[in-house]
Amino acid sequence: MTWRWDYARDVLPDLLVAFLQFTLGITLAAGVIAVVLGLVLALGRRSDNAWVSRPTFWLIEFIRSTPIPIQLFFVYFGLASAGIRLSALVTGILVLGVHYACYMAEVYRAGIDAIPKGQWEACTALSLSPQRTWRAVILPQVVRRIVPSAGNQIIALFKETPFLIVVGVGEMVYVAQQFGSATFRFTEPLTIAGLIFLAASYPTSVLMRRLEARLAQ
Amino acid sequence: MLNELLDAAPFFLRGAGTSLLYTATGAVAALVISFIFGLMSMSPSIWVRGTVRVVVEFFRGTSLVIQLLWIFYVLPELGIRFEPLAAATIALGLNFGAYGAEVVRGAVNAVPKAQWEATVSLGLGKVHRMRRIILPQAIPEMIPPFGNLLIQMLKSSSLLFLIAVTELTYQVNQLRTDIGSLPAFITALIVYFVIAQGLIAFMRLWEKRAAAKVGRRPKPVDVTMQGTMAVPSGGAG
Repeated sequence: MTWRWDYARDVLPDLLVAFLQFTLGITLAAGVIAVVLGLVLALGRRSDNAWVSRPTFWLIEFIRSTPIPIQLFFVYFGLASAGIRLSALVTGILVLGVHYACYMAEVYRAGIDAIPKGQWEACTALSLSPQRTWRAVILPQVVRRIVPSAGNQIIALFKETPFLIVVGVGEMVYVAQQFGSATFRFTEPLTIAGLIFLAASYPTSVLMRRLEARLAQ
Repeated sequence: MLNELLDAAPFFLRGAGTSLLYTATGAVAALVISFIFGLMSMSPSIWVRGTVRVVVEFFRGTSLVIQLLWIFYVLPELGIRFEPLAAATIALGLNFGAYGAEVVRGAVNAVPKAQWEATVSLGLGKVHRMRRIILPQAIPEMIPPFGNLLIQMLKSSSLLFLIAVTELTYQVNQLRTDIGSLPAFITALIVYFVIAQGLIAFMRLWEKRAAAKVGRRPKPVDVTMQGTMAVPSGGAG
C-alpha cells in the first residue's frame, strides 16, 4: 500500500475548510464560554455563602470527572427526549465550553490564591469596595499570572474538539472519517488531519512554554 | 422506569468493568512509557533526547481521537492489524505516556541537587543511584499528576466505542432505546463519577504511603487538579 498524492490532494481542501470553519470555530466559541463561565464558577466556589460554594464545588467536581462523550450524549439525546432540542454543533460547543469552564475555574482559583496577602490587606487599608478590590487590584494580577495555564487549557480543548464526532459534528476528523468510509482509504485523510492538528498545536504550546518561563523569572 | 433500570444494571456493570479494564491496561502501558521516555529525555546524548522530544511532541500535539482512529483504520491498510484491546492499549499508552514523560522528568529534576551530589560522593553507580536515592524521592511528587492523568484516561476510555470496544459508553448507547435516553445517560454519568471518585481516593492513599516511605507528609493537593495546589486563601476583600 502506497501513499496516493492525488487522493491526498483531493481531501486536503475539504479538511482545511472543516478545520478552519469548525475545529477552530468550535475552539473559539467553547473557549470564550470556558473563560467567562470559569471565572463565575471560581468566584462561586470562593463565596462566603456555603449554599453557593458547596454546590459549585460539587458541580465542578462532577463535570470534571465524567467523560465528554457521555455529556454530549446526555445533552444531545437525553435533553432532547425531555423536550430541549439543540443542534449537534450547539451541543458540542456548550458541552466543551462548560467542561473546560470547570478546568478554567481551577486555573482562576490557583491564580487568585497566588495573590500575596498584602494586596488584600492594602485594599482593606485603602477601604476599597469589594468590587473595586476585585476589578482594579486582584483580577488584573490574576489574569497576568494565569495566561500560560489558561492557554494550555485552550490547547487541550482544541485537541478534544474531535470528541464531537460522537454526535456527528462536521469538524475535521469527522470529515476525514467520512472520506475514509466512502473510499475505504483512511491513510491519507487521517494522516493529513493529524498533521494539521500537530501544525496548529505545537507552535502554540511552545509559545505557552515560553510565556511560562518568562513569568517564572 | 426503576424496573427497567434494574434490568439494565448488569449491562451497566459489565460496561463499567470493561471501561475499568481498558483504563487499567492503558494506565500500565502509559506508566511504562512515561518512565522510559521520561528517563530517556534526561539522557546525556542529544540524539536520544532529540528523538524522545519529537515522539513526545508528536503524541501530545495530535489528538487522541486521531491516534485511535489511525491505529484502528490506517495500520490495517498498512498490513498491521490489532485487536481492539491492543489498539486501545497502544493508543492510550502512547498518548498518556507522552504526557506522563513530562511528569517523570519534572519530578526527577525536582529532587534537590544535594541528593545527586551525595550519590556521586558515595560512589553509587548510575542505576543504583536512580533506583535507591532519586526515584523514591521523585515518586511521591509524581503521584498527584499521575492521578490527574488516570482520571483523564478513564474519561478518554469512553471514546473506545469508536473502535468497537463494548465499554460503558457503548453499553449505554445500546440501552438507551430500552430505558430512555435521559435515565440511561444520567446513570452513566453517575457510574463514571463514582469510579472516578474511587480512583481519586486510591491515588490519595497511594500518595500518602509513598510519601511516608521517604519520611514526608503528603502536601494538601487535590489530585483531580491539573498541577495546581490547594493553598489557603489570602482572606476576603
